[in-house]
Order: sequence, then structure tokens, then C-alpha cells
Amino acid sequence: MLVFVLRRLISLVVVLFAITVLTFLIFFATPGVDPTRSLAGRNPTPETVAAVRHQFGLDRSKPAQYVLMMRRLFVSRDLVSYGNQALKVVPAITAAAPVTFSLVIGAAIIWVVMSILTGLLAVVWKGSIWDPLLMILALIGISMPVFWLGEVANLITQDRLHDTFLFSWVPPLGYVRLTEDPWQWFLHLIIPWICLSVLYIGFYARVLRANLLDVANEDFVRTARAKGLSERRVLTRHMLRTSMITFVSLFGLDFAVLVGGGALLTEVVFGLPGVGLLTYRSLVALDLPVIMATVIYGAFFITIANALVDIVYARLDPRIRPA
Amino acid sequence: MAATAPPLLEVRDLKVSFNTEDGLVRAVDGVSFTLGHGEVLGIVGESGSGKSVTMMSVLRLINDPNARFEGEVLYKGRSVMDLPDDRMREVRGGEIAMIFQDPMTSLNPVYKVADQIIEAIVTHQDIGKAAARARAVDLLKQVGIPQADRRADDYPHQFSGGMRQRAMIAMALANDPDILIADEPTTALDVTIQAQILELIARLKDEFQSAVILITHDLGVVAGIADRIGVMYAGRLVEFGGKRDLFYDPQHPYTWGLLGSIPRLDRPKAERLHSIAGTPPSLIDPPAGCRFRPRCPHAFDRCTQEPALEARTDNQRHLDRCWLDVESKRAVRDKTIHGEIAAA
Repeated sequence: MLVFVLRRLISLVVVLFAITVLTFLIFFATPGVDPTRSLAGRNPTPETVAAVRHQFGLDRSKPAQYVLMMRRLFVSRDLVSYGNQALKVVPAITAAAPVTFSLVIGAAIIWVVMSILTGLLAVVWKGSIWDPLLMILALIGISMPVFWLGEVANLITQDRLHDTFLFSWVPPLGYVRLTEDPWQWFLHLIIPWICLSVLYIGFYARVLRANLLDVANEDFVRTARAKGLSERRVLTRHMLRTSMITFVSLFGLDFAVLVGGGALLTEVVFGLPGVGLLTYRSLVALDLPVIMATVIYGAFFITIANALVDIVYARLDPRIRPA
Repeated sequence: MAATAPPLLEVRDLKVSFNTEDGLVRAVDGVSFTLGHGEVLGIVGESGSGKSVTMMSVLRLINDPNARFEGEVLYKGRSVMDLPDDRMREVRGGEIAMIFQDPMTSLNPVYKVADQIIEAIVTHQDIGKAAARARAVDLLKQVGIPQADRRADDYPHQFSGGMRQRAMIAMALANDPDILIADEPTTALDVTIQAQILELIARLKDEFQSAVILITHDLGVVAGIADRIGVMYAGRLVEFGGKRDLFYDPQHPYTWGLLGSIPRLDRPKAERLHSIAGTPPSLIDPPAGCRFRPRCPHAFDRCTQEPALEARTDNQRHLDRCWLDVESKRAVRDKTIHGEIAAA
């Protein structure tokens, strides 16, 4: 197991290196594109162009450019976006990351708990009216785009019903740091959490239900019943446990995509200054250094989450562990 | 004295049917038998004859909402069908244990073998974790797992098919059950392993003083260890009797067919292996009268009426469902059994 984890971590490092090289090549070595022009922003002064050339080492060889770039990103962390009032790129991302983490981790907890509950109940209630009802609810959840749901939530809680006792507690849009005021942090995030998790609750509940019903026909479930185990124990220890294998691999990827900037729509709708919002603004402004940095940041999380999924996967399923 | 005590297990006119889109499937249609303490009962029949469904019904392991059950299953004189769920769970695995056909899929792949046996032990016994583990390792030793102490912590995929079936047997015997139901325990295994597993069951049933119900499609499997044998066809027992009666004086043409289908080394080699012509009947719309009639070379007018399962020879413990008189049966059966019919 330890060897497996170690091997997985080494391959993680290799993949991360490859990602930085690829991202660098796409932005700086695409034939026919002059990176200086796009880096310096619209209508740059000659001084800015010179500064950009110097900062990115564009007068030197590609490998040297790469090394310089990575040093600026990871070591000196002083990469500057000239298109955006000389914004320091790395601090901007490190400031935005906790917001995204707060949003995504909270939503993930809600969606994991709720989807497992919904999936289990649907299976327990199979044959009754509750199973199809839950699954229709899940489908409705999947069908509601988060930006629409968010706007509707805002309309109701910030505007139409804000003055009633129901939603008078809802704070204005935006973000309060956890370290600053935990209760306000919670209040600011609770509605975004719910809106972001609705899609995933529906999706995961349906996947889990299908998996559980598949597993229900397995011989080892019959063995478990023949042992005299209670239905609850058969369901949780034998059926749910094996069904979690698919669940976990889906979760790892979805979670990473969201942390890596995929929660963009939710962040925009609720005015949360996270990585998604940063990416969104840099895309609109064609702010190359920020785009590059957020791409690398996102790719990092997706690969790291992938490695974690593989490790958890091996914990869950002994068959893929190396002997 | 013995006559007054109820038999260990008694099945009375058990009927199991499933509602399907195509109609009502009568998977088991009036099966009755008894099982005594320490006895080995073989139930033989081809796929779909209802043998597994019968035994699954005994343990109430069929939880298909479309299934309907009639008749009675009495365990030590008490109706299994009426047991409350929690009492039923005590019977399952505690007093009646079951092992299944495919050991490759019958163990949960994500738990260690020992943990799965421990789970069976602690479900039925008030015993500490360490003691349960010691018992599990001991059981694995008894079923012949080498280095049981170390292999106990293996996962099922690290076991071979034969070892997995041994582990299943260890798990089934973990609570000293009164009855061990083995549903085609050797079908998925290599021939040499098959013999070992049967030997193991034969040895352990004495050590654990369990009665055994051995379900198989292969008369050869029950020939060694069964005391009595029931032959099932299309949801019914067509012949039931002591092992010797069944092998040396078989009364039902279907049994003859089964006996004839066993390849023999002590007879001249036939052109091809004998088989019973035709296919088993639909269980939705079974033929009237004797269910074997459409495939039976000896069928006659009377076979359109239902023959009861009753003693038709001098031996009161040898029952069958065939209208042919005993003399004609004894005259014609050798042809079927020895394959001359196939050549003709």
C-alpha cells in the first residue's frame, strides 16, 4: 500500500511537470503568435513592452523562458499582469483560493451526505411511490442550471421575500472570511452551497441508486443475507461499501474541477471573489498571465485530486492494490 | 419415541410462483420432503427445475416482490414462513447455513476473508473480536486452508476458486448449523477440486453433526455422500428415495435419462454422449398431466393425467411420479440408461 501511494505520488509529480510544460508551450510557443503583444495588454507603451520582454525573458531561449516563468510563478511569485493594472498574479490567486475552497468544500459535504441519503432511501423504498418520486426530484435538481437557480435564490432571498421573517437573516451578496467572522462566513455561504450542490445531489443520488441496485443482485449480497445479517447491515456494510467505488471516483473529479475554477458560475452569481471569478475576469480581459496561472492552478488540483482518488480507490477496492 | 419428534426440516407442498410479464411462472409446484438429523439429502435436477428456488425459499432468501409462496416449511416443527424477521435472521446462518454455486462471486471482494467469517460469527454469538478471529482461523484450518493464520487476512481475490469455496464452507459452519444447504457447491470448480470439496463436506458434516442438503444437476456428485436423493423436474419432485433405490431401481424415465447422461468408462464407447431429447417445458404453461410426457419415449394415454408422488414399488420409502407399471419399467429402462435408445 505504501509503495502504491509512493508510486502514485511520483507519477503525480511527473504529470504536474508535464502540465506546466504544456501550458507554457501553448502560451509562449504557439507559432505565429507574439507573446509580447498579448502579455503587455492593449496599446502598450514601449516601456511596458520592454519590461514584459525582460520579465518573461522573451529574448532568450525557450527552455530559459520556461525556467524563468516557473521561477516567477512558484519561487519569487512576482509575475505581474500588465493588462490589469500591474496586478500581481500569484497573490491574486492565493487570495481567491480560500473563497473557492470555502464554497466547494461546504457544497461537497452537503452533496455527499444528501446524495447518499437520497440514494439509500430510494433503494430502501423501491417498489413504493417514494423511489420514483425521489428520482424525479433528483432529475429536476440536475436540470436546474446553477446560474438560474442562484439568480432565483437571490431574487427571493435578497429582494422579494427579504423583508419577511423567512429570509431577513440573509446577508448581502459577497464573502466574509472564516477567520474574520465564522458565523457571517456561514451565512454568506449557505445559499451558494445549497445552489451549487443541488445538481450534484441529483446526479450522485441517481448514480448511487443505480449502483446499489446493480450490487443488490450480486452473489455476495445473497451470502450476506444468508449469514443472517440485518437488512440495514447488508445495505450499509455490503451494498453501499462496494457502490462507493464509483461514487468516489466521480466525486474526486467533480470536486477538483470545482476547486480548479469550475464553480465560476456560482461565484459570479453570488459575487464570491474566488478563483472562478478571477478566471472569468481574466478571460473577459484576455489577461494572459492570469489565465495561464489559473489554468496551471486548476490543472494542479485536478491531477492532485486524481491521485487522491486513486489512493482512496485502492483503500476501497483491494483488488486494484498491488500484491 | 423417534416417531413423535418432528423431523429437523419438513417441506410440505411448497409452491413458489413468480408474476412476470409473460405470465405466472410456477417455479416450484408442490414439493414435499423431510430431512432428518445428520442426514444427507441430494436434490438433483437440471437448470430451472426449481431446486435452488426451493432451498432459497426455505431460508426466505427470495425477496422478489413478485414472488408468491404457498405450502409449509417446518424447521423443528415450527413454521419458517411465519417467523418474525429477526427470528428468521437467527435461523439464517445460525441454524441453517447455505453455500452457493460460484465461490468467485459469493464472497464480498472488499473485505478480508477472516473478517467475513468473523462477521458471521459475531452476528450469532456473543463473543469478543479476538475470540471470533481465533475461531475463524480455526475454521479455515479445518476446511484445509494452508497457513490459515496468515491467509485469513487475504482478500477473496487472493484465493483460488477451490479455496474460496472452502472459505465459504468455513463461514457456513461457523455457527454449528443444524442444516447446511449446498447449492451446486462444485459446479464452478475443476474436477479434481470438486472431489476435494465433496470429501470436505462429507467429513465436516460428521464433525459438526449437520444435516446436508446438496443441490446439484449431477447425479455423480450425490452418488458418494447422499443418503437419500430427490429428482426434480419442472418444479416437481418426480422421484424420491434412498440412494441405492434410485441408482439400482430407478422408477422415473427422467431419472433414467439423467443416469444415461453420465459418461461411463465401464461400457463400450457410444457414438456420442446420450442426452434427453427435447427441452424442459415452460413453467408458465406446463403440459397437462405428467410434465415429462412431451420428452418421454414411454408416454401413453394415461400420462395426460397427473401422477401423484407415491410409492409404486414394494419399497414404501421409494416414491415416484410415473404411470408405467413397475414390471414394464424394469424391462425398458436399461435401454435408456445404457444408451441403446440414442442409437436406435
